[in-house]
Amino acid sequence: MQQFPCPFCGLRNEREFHFAGEAGKTRPDTTGKVSNADWASYLYTLKNRKGEVREVWMHRSCSELFILRRNSVTMAVLGHEQLRKDVP
Amino acid sequence: MTYSALTLLREAFRGHTGWKPAWRSPKPAAEYDVIIIGGGGHGLATAYYLAKNHNVGRIAVLEKGWLGGGNTGRNTTVIRSNYFYPESVALYELSMKLYEGLSQELNYNVMFSQRGMLILAHSEPEMEMAARTVNAMRLNGVDADLLGPEDVRKRAPILNFRDDARYPIHGAVFQGRAGTGRHDAVAWGYARGADRQGVDIIQNCEVLDVIIEGGVCKGVETNQGVIRAGRIGAAVAGHSSVLAEMAGFDLPIQSYALQAFVSEPLKPVIDTVAFSPSAGTYFSQSDKGGLVIGGGLDRVPSYGQRGNMPMQETVLSGLVEMAPAVAKVKLLRHWAGIVDVTPDSSPVIGPSGIDELFINCGWGTGGFKAIPAGGFLFAHLLASGTHHEISRPFDLDRFTGGHLIDEGAASGIAH
Amino acid sequence: MSGFRVNAGGLIDRNKPLNFTFDGRKYSGFQGDTLASALLANRVRVMGRSFKYHRPRGVWGAWFDDPNAIFDVTLGDVTLPNCSATTTPLVDGMHARAVNAFPSARFDIKGVLDRFSRFMPAGFYYKTFMWPNWHLFEPMIRKLAGLGHLDPAVINDYQSGQHHIRCDLLVVGGGATGLAAARVAAEAGQSVILVDDHPEFGGGLYRQGCDVEGQKPASWVKEHCQAITAAGGKLMTATTAFGVYDHNMVALAQDKGFGKAPDLWRVRAKRILMATGAMDRPITFINNDRPGVMSVDGAMEFLGRYDVLAGRNIALLSNNSFAQSAATVLQEAGAEVRLLDATQGQARALGGKVLRGVELNGKRISCDTLLASGGLTPVVHLWRHAGGKLDWNAEIAAFVPGKALQGMVAAGAANGTFDLGHALAEARAVATGKTTAKQPRTYQITPLWPEIGSKGRQWIDFQHDVTLKDVELAARENYVSVEHLKRYTTLGMASDQGKTSNMAGLAAMAALQGRAIPEVGTTTFRPPFVPVALELYHGARRGQVFNPLKRLVLENQHRAAGAALGEYGGWLRPGWYGMQDITREVLKARGAAGIFDASPLGKIEVMGPDAAKFVNFIYYNTISTLKVGAIRYGFMLTEGGIVYDDGVIARLAENRFVISCSSSHVDGVSAALESWRQDGNDPDRIFIHNTTQNWPTVTVAGPKARAIVEQLKLGIDLADFPPMTWRDGVFQEAGVRVSRVSFTGDVSYEISIPVALAPALWDGALAVGEPLGAGPIGLEALSVLRAEKGYIIIGKDTDGEVMPHDLGFGIPRTRKKAAFVGDRGLHTDKANSKDRRQLVGLRVPDSADAIATGAHLVETSGAGFRSIGIVTSSYDSPTLGHPIALALVERGATRLGEELTVWHMDQQSRATVVAPVFLDPKGERLDAG
Repeated sequence: MQQFPCPFCGLRNEREFHFAGEAGKTRPDTTGKVSNADWASYLYTLKNRKGEVREVWMHRSCSELFILRRNSVTMAVLGHEQLRKDVP
Repeated sequence: MTYSALTLLREAFRGHTGWKPAWRSPKPAAEYDVIIIGGGGHGLATAYYLAKNHNVGRIAVLEKGWLGGGNTGRNTTVIRSNYFYPESVALYELSMKLYEGLSQELNYNVMFSQRGMLILAHSEPEMEMAARTVNAMRLNGVDADLLGPEDVRKRAPILNFRDDARYPIHGAVFQGRAGTGRHDAVAWGYARGADRQGVDIIQNCEVLDVIIEGGVCKGVETNQGVIRAGRIGAAVAGHSSVLAEMAGFDLPIQSYALQAFVSEPLKPVIDTVAFSPSAGTYFSQSDKGGLVIGGGLDRVPSYGQRGNMPMQETVLSGLVEMAPAVAKVKLLRHWAGIVDVTPDSSPVIGPSGIDELFINCGWGTGGFKAIPAGGFLFAHLLASGTHHEISRPFDLDRFTGGHLIDEGAASGIAH
Repeated sequence: MSGFRVNAGGLIDRNKPLNFTFDGRKYSGFQGDTLASALLANRVRVMGRSFKYHRPRGVWGAWFDDPNAIFDVTLGDVTLPNCSATTTPLVDGMHARAVNAFPSARFDIKGVLDRFSRFMPAGFYYKTFMWPNWHLFEPMIRKLAGLGHLDPAVINDYQSGQHHIRCDLLVVGGGATGLAAARVAAEAGQSVILVDDHPEFGGGLYRQGCDVEGQKPASWVKEHCQAITAAGGKLMTATTAFGVYDHNMVALAQDKGFGKAPDLWRVRAKRILMATGAMDRPITFINNDRPGVMSVDGAMEFLGRYDVLAGRNIALLSNNSFAQSAATVLQEAGAEVRLLDATQGQARALGGKVLRGVELNGKRISCDTLLASGGLTPVVHLWRHAGGKLDWNAEIAAFVPGKALQGMVAAGAANGTFDLGHALAEARAVATGKTTAKQPRTYQITPLWPEIGSKGRQWIDFQHDVTLKDVELAARENYVSVEHLKRYTTLGMASDQGKTSNMAGLAAMAALQGRAIPEVGTTTFRPPFVPVALELYHGARRGQVFNPLKRLVLENQHRAAGAALGEYGGWLRPGWYGMQDITREVLKARGAAGIFDASPLGKIEVMGPDAAKFVNFIYYNTISTLKVGAIRYGFMLTEGGIVYDDGVIARLAENRFVISCSSSHVDGVSAALESWRQDGNDPDRIFIHNTTQNWPTVTVAGPKARAIVEQLKLGIDLADFPPMTWRDGVFQEAGVRVSRVSFTGDVSYEISIPVALAPALWDGALAVGEPLGAGPIGLEALSVLRAEKGYIIIGKDTDGEVMPHDLGFGIPRTRKKAAFVGDRGLHTDKANSKDRRQLVGLRVPDSADAIATGAHLVETSGAGFRSIGIVTSSYDSPTLGHPIALALVERGATRLGEELTVWHMDQQSRATVVAPVFLDPKGERLDAG
């Protein structure tokens, strides 16, 4: 039973959170031409690092989406950031 | 030496001193025709079929730990081919057929026990879905039956047949040829079979880097030195992304912990594998008597080979809902493997994008049942450089073409 | 001669005798006994049979380290399988039977298997049973295997309580170390929890037979417990810390008595102190599995705790310095003790079911009991659960906890500190975060490991019948990694999970390979530390609370109306009313009106300056052109272009929309909207509010719908209220929102209303509707009504491959200019394929039966058939008087009029492809009346 830090609610039980994907993905501008490969890369390709990872999680209780930094081997939580910093 | 009742008898009278090593422990050569990274079931089977079906000469399997120590030795041993799409059926039915002759083929008893598998349906809409699945399986040439509740009761009286159950049993999809096998024996049998054909199985050999020269994969750097090869196949399951990172590419894979559980041994309580998609749990009983229990992935992506409580609670409470009498049975052990999950939960077999480096991964929660086929098809690919027709749909290019093979979305059968 | 009761000041209560049976014979013991101690006191030695060879076995240990005495125990109407005799407290009236033995442990007919043991070495089953087929042998092997019998009865009220608690310091193990540490920490102001798996605190003190800090153990323990409680600490006995999980969470199983489910405690501890002690390990010698061979620790525990002396004439075989003090205590209790140095040569136990003596270096020593101690092994399981490393300590010939972990520390015997005084000092220091200097230890040991190549049968894993020869065989066959050794021989896989066998096993493998023990390493320690009931994980997550259904505000009204409630999309909803007569409800809806509860329909509001742009991005269809007051039908897609949800969206104001998604997708759509809002949009300019639970919805649909709604007096001009628009109204002074959205093809009003007034609206609608021939209809009738119109249900008529253009909604795919979720996914090779499955209707002759839902459409392919589609919905249409069906068929839209083969369970029939609308294709009923 891990505990993750919600930026609003503080440390909460992992059951309240939903993994929303790796951080750092930007949706291609689909009004222009996007190649099959670029689209597949955006949709499906992952870094899936063993060790420190940056991920987007949602705290379902308050719906806040945020970036969680953690270690995918030890499960240590290393920090969290607001997601909107990632908005260009 | 050939294993048989007769050799056992002979050895019994000479104190079992005459048994030979099941495989050698060779030092790695400097170069091979083909090296396979990953000494799990898929890697070992690949080596076996490369040597046997394709006459490839110098083959090595590199295993960072002990062979069969990854998901091959951590799964719940279910073997089945109850799939919806023809592509999946072709793959898993090939595997089933190879399993059916595997003990004889390898001269190693893998104890493939075809005691059947029930996928429970808990409502009338689920029964309609079950019919859809059974029809699909039969049309694809796979045995399948649609059972009513009384037929389910005959096969598995321990299940919860109360009307007021949260998930009352309306019926089931039954595949009689499905069952379980002895997971370690599959790895060891293939290892012994490969070794007997001259394959070098090198344990405690961790790949530290992938050697790429001029865009072509030429070998690997390991903790036992550089090993070069004309062609390299990777079958490293949950660590596929780690290997891909070494080679400089990314994969459509997320690694998760998948937990499994075993209870104390009991005298027989259930013959078949029983799976309730709604409860999120399946179980069977091993020949030793333990209930072998599995369920869904942990919800947090992970490379930690250990379980976490939330999914334990989900899976085991699901089990008790499925079969309330087992509430008083004690859990003996739980563990986890790291599984490689693709967006459509179907595997990837094919070129990696780097010349002479091929990948076999993405089996997710269902790699064990596919070991013979995975090895058979990957060997074909490594030997010829081109797909066998059964592996063709599982190439990485399906993601760019949108040709996903998503069984979960199709038929409600979780992987 | 075997065990008997003495007066040693133990913890049993002689004023409370308890009667029980074992294998059908009557015995008695005392309050405070375990089944094993009571049997020993009754001079019962043979308490079990081994798994494979059915060798007779007595107890080896006195607590969790005994692999031999396993019973099925009945008390009243409860029978529990596989109870460890050494850890099951005796209760009056218990009936215990040894598992895997018939008719009894003492006379087990399968004992004959031992004579054939040479044919059953490690892994023998991998080498045989292949011809002709494993299936020939397996049933017999399954019956032979297994331990206890599962009583198929469900125990009443067998439910584990679930607790969550946090503390500064969790001390695991209530022996001297744990008590001393907990007291110091509690008195220093830390919140402390101290747990011990025994029914009383004191741990190893009771088996050491010595005073502690000048006090008798019982009084020292009592004083410490009182001090801990006084300082605010929490004491838990009969509670096992069975696993350490991520982020310093420790799981505890609290025993609640026989036949009661244990409670699960999840403890979040800032620090964990492991004071779990050490256990004795066996010595590997010939016939070391005989009844009467027992661990020194076990014998001391039986004496100290239960006043049971293991034997009268004891030989004590040991390689370490605890033997002398143990011998003294046993002698004082009345035994004759002969101390033997195990390092002087190969030992052999003599006798069979009854121990006759021991042979050492060829010299025979007669005894009735042979105690063995191969040295102490710290109990480090929890340390490994937490990811801690182990160091090999050659001085004590054991693995000890390595470098301290963040949040976890070890002390006392668990840390390799075996001397009591040193352990206490260490405990008091680490409890407050200090360290102690290592003291010179008094414990001396001459390492003694299995002797490779030695003669005779020497057991390594008692329960699983793994002998030294099996380990040698595994090495010979190159199963040399510890994990291969374990899996090939099953060493360490018994119900004690290797507590007694792992050290000897890996020492033997190390010797076989000429390596040092730490080079060989250990197998992984996995939770649970001891077996725990599966119920522990179940608790309140049971019955209707296991994945609970959502409940309707109007549930009472439905029940009153005789509704058959069932699960529909995660909600408990009316399937039908009264007798199951779907035809009657359909005809009522088509003839007058159906009144139904549509409350689960999503009502997710999207507001803000960017709301219009946002919903235009979320929807497949163009929403930006939607006028205020209007409603539009549309799809939400996955990024892959797959139809995820269908529903309607209403524009309430320029910057305010309400999304009415399908009832089973409300949570998913809400989460998706929030994700897109915060990731890629400016969350300050969009606000999302899911009001589904706040707005129950009553829908009136049918030719008389307008007449009914008219009488509800909602203050809306119904004459000026076209389909796909909405109006504000008033019902009993509450604001309502009425939408002209139809899921039946008839005139339809969806009236959404605040919770408090929903029952009045429902009752009102029925009251005015029933005289007009209208009435309540359930989901089954609704499903038929919508199918007559060809309206789809997502997930039933679609699957994970269906895109909007497969459903006849292809225009936005090619025309919509703005970006939207799934846009690019609609143009992959697969999406552009000519062979896509498309939604069609199917007709069969009027007199034919309805096609089975789940049937396939097929074409011949070689010798067999190929599926070209699936029947997703199929009914006898009451309105039309003939069967109707919806299907997804390859190139379906091009096949209108074509006759196809329907395939269901090997039966074939024919059906004609028609457009997927059977009733009122022109839509005239939608606004009729």
